[in-house]
Amino acid sequence: MTMSQVPVSYRVSERQDETHDTVTLTLEPAGAPLESSKPGQFMMLYAFGVGEVPVSVSGPPGAAGLTHTIRAVGAVSRALCSAAPGQAVGVRGPFGTSWHESDAFGQDLLVIGGGIGLAPLRPAVLAALREPGRYRHITVLIGARSPAELVFAAEYERWRDSGATVEVTVDRADAGWHGHVSVVTQLVGPSGLDPRRTLALICGPEVMMRLTAQTLLAAGMTASQIRVSLERNMQCGVGECGHCQFGPLLLCRDGPVVSYHAAAPLLSIREL
Amino acid sequence: MTESTAAALAGHTFATGLSRQHIDRLAAHATAIEIPAGQRIFAEGQLAARFWLVISGRVALDLQIPGRGRLIVETLGPGDELGLSWLGPIRQWQFGAVAQLPVTALEFQSAAVEALCDYDHELGYKLTRRLLATAVSRLQAARIRILDLYAVPVRSAGGP
Amino acid sequence: MSADSESRGPAWLLPASGLARLHDSLREAGYQVIGPRVVNGAIVLRELSSADELPFGWGVTLAPGGYRLRRRADHAAFAHSAGPGSWKQFLHPPREQLWSAHRTPDGGYSADSAAASDAKLAFIGVRPCDLRAIQIQDQVLGAPTHPDSTYASRRSSVFIVAVNCTEPGETCFCTSMGTGPRAGRGYDLLLTELTGPGDHTFVVEAGSAAGEATLAGLDLRPADPGAMRRAQASVSEAAGKMGRTMHADGLRDLLARSHDAARWEDVASRCLTCGNCTMACPTCFCTTVEDVTDLSGDHAERWQSWASCFDLDFSYVHSGPVRSSGESRYRQWLTHKLGTWHDQFGSSGCVGCGRCIVWCPVGIDITEEVAALQAELGGPEAGE
Repeated sequence: MTMSQVPVSYRVSERQDETHDTVTLTLEPAGAPLESSKPGQFMMLYAFGVGEVPVSVSGPPGAAGLTHTIRAVGAVSRALCSAAPGQAVGVRGPFGTSWHESDAFGQDLLVIGGGIGLAPLRPAVLAALREPGRYRHITVLIGARSPAELVFAAEYERWRDSGATVEVTVDRADAGWHGHVSVVTQLVGPSGLDPRRTLALICGPEVMMRLTAQTLLAAGMTASQIRVSLERNMQCGVGECGHCQFGPLLLCRDGPVVSYHAAAPLLSIREL
Repeated sequence: MTESTAAALAGHTFATGLSRQHIDRLAAHATAIEIPAGQRIFAEGQLAARFWLVISGRVALDLQIPGRGRLIVETLGPGDELGLSWLGPIRQWQFGAVAQLPVTALEFQSAAVEALCDYDHELGYKLTRRLLATAVSRLQAARIRILDLYAVPVRSAGGP
Repeated sequence: MSADSESRGPAWLLPASGLARLHDSLREAGYQVIGPRVVNGAIVLRELSSADELPFGWGVTLAPGGYRLRRRADHAAFAHSAGPGSWKQFLHPPREQLWSAHRTPDGGYSADSAAASDAKLAFIGVRPCDLRAIQIQDQVLGAPTHPDSTYASRRSSVFIVAVNCTEPGETCFCTSMGTGPRAGRGYDLLLTELTGPGDHTFVVEAGSAAGEATLAGLDLRPADPGAMRRAQASVSEAAGKMGRTMHADGLRDLLARSHDAARWEDVASRCLTCGNCTMACPTCFCTTVEDVTDLSGDHAERWQSWASCFDLDFSYVHSGPVRSSGESRYRQWLTHKLGTWHDQFGSSGCVGCGRCIVWCPVGIDITEEVAALQAELGGPEAGE
């Protein structure tokens, strides 16, 4: 094993309920902090005695603390979601590749997030909104199951004020919802996409990413202008345990952020 | 009026690729309308005899379910075609439609357009292809939403 | 150790009786000496208390799903092909503790890496295929990427006595994979075993300064040209005596377009997905971790153990395994081993040792599967 395999002790300094099953935790290092992460990278979060799961960083890049948005889907993520301020959480990382959103300087940045998939995109959005003048347009398209299941909903207005176009759509809504009800791909058409001068960053369920990328390709973008964040079973974070094999890629090392040019042929292979 | 509706039609995604002549013929049956926010455009169960090409604004397709109230099935916006039930076996609106935001649109009487298509089969063919494409993408979107992709997956045994 | 590349310094002759001195001098230098031994009807790798424990006079008969010891006519110590074990069990142990942690009074916790054993290991009888396998695992787990790992520290102190292969087995195909029967670089000492009527000697060459230093205490005489010719001839002959062949050229590209091949279904109908091939393979490196606590919940540990891509849970995400069919799991193993390993680690992951063939309970033969895929998908080797 390596030193990077021992979780470093952090403490929950703040917790914010996002939805009924999703929580954003801010963590402060108990001692020396880990190296700061780049947008799109992930950490392995350890709930003492329960286990460890990969969780993308959802906070602003360069911040002293760490911010993670966690959905309670298993024993470890449930334990993390129930962590109260002051509680210790072990952290390893940062691991993996980043969005490199600054590659879109001078062009349009199109960010498309589905469900909890908006969490790993948030650092890229926040980084871009620090210098919106360096992009032609910043557009954020958000899809969620229902209005109540939108993450970071309180921030969208701030993103708009900082210069981004933010469109939100949901799969199901009641009469109280005045926004879009559709598939997130249906927001692409009216977004004024300039297919030759856009970098698209997509994160969400794998099927949603595939369909969204196909929509962008149909609109004239090329696969190398599209980046997706992929997920497989990640355990070690350093390409040693083999669980995140995805064809030629080790996703903890060569991902999670992968060019759609590389990902597309792999995503079409059954049970890869 | 006809000239400006023809221009509006020519600028709509739905008419992309139609010849000048076809646009003019179709535009002769179009009325540019404005619908204020909150106004119902049609209601479930009524005779379906019109369709619209949305130019701006947003329309919510809805349905009343006893005990659950009014549910929004889908929203449509600029570039979308509104109203497909006139093509169906039962020419009744399956869902209702309400302007969620102020809407501008081109309104067509379906009977007049059908008569036009009977007269000009080439236009009829092109129109049918476009309506079919609309129906296919609506169907695909509906199927994707049936997948409930953002739901917490049903778990099988084990795992973290 | 053994960092230097292959050196072609002077060659020496060591009588078989001199192996005892080699063993003892390594022990005296502080090494735990590990080598092949006959245990329970198989030749396995164990700590040796004396060179007498080497499998003198034992050979093996190998087949898909078959392994039997046999008595040899001579007293050769290293003419027995690969056994069920491999050196990875010492460099990358089947189960090891990564760290332990305990809660501190302030509600936090304190964690410490598990203490790495400081034992120095000497491996005697490393076959060329296995020497290459060690280097392949180095690429994955070792110094280049993770210089601080316990693997790297364990590995750096290993002393390797390699043995050129003079008698390949029925399931061997190292010639096809370019890993033998002559040892490449990376050894400290290299032996070539010579047996004949009334003769049992070893040609000895040093491959590192440490190897050179070890020679000093041995009963050596310079190798005469006749002995050298015999040694070279026996290794060259071995190259032509492989029980199996695999056309490795172009495999990476072929496998990259193999995903829909019908052969996967065929092999899956035989494969039990038991994972034996991955345990026996000297390069398979995958692990999984287990987090445990004591009853108080205040003391936690993380243990790492070998994992297999044939396990259903191996590819688990959220709702279930990505690779739920046996077909996809066999395909994952083979396409990784022979194909995408190149993309990830710069070489093939197969050294041609044949262990996966021998230890497969239903006798699936990787060379046969590859040939079938080549025949099905076409390519340079099709039809051969």
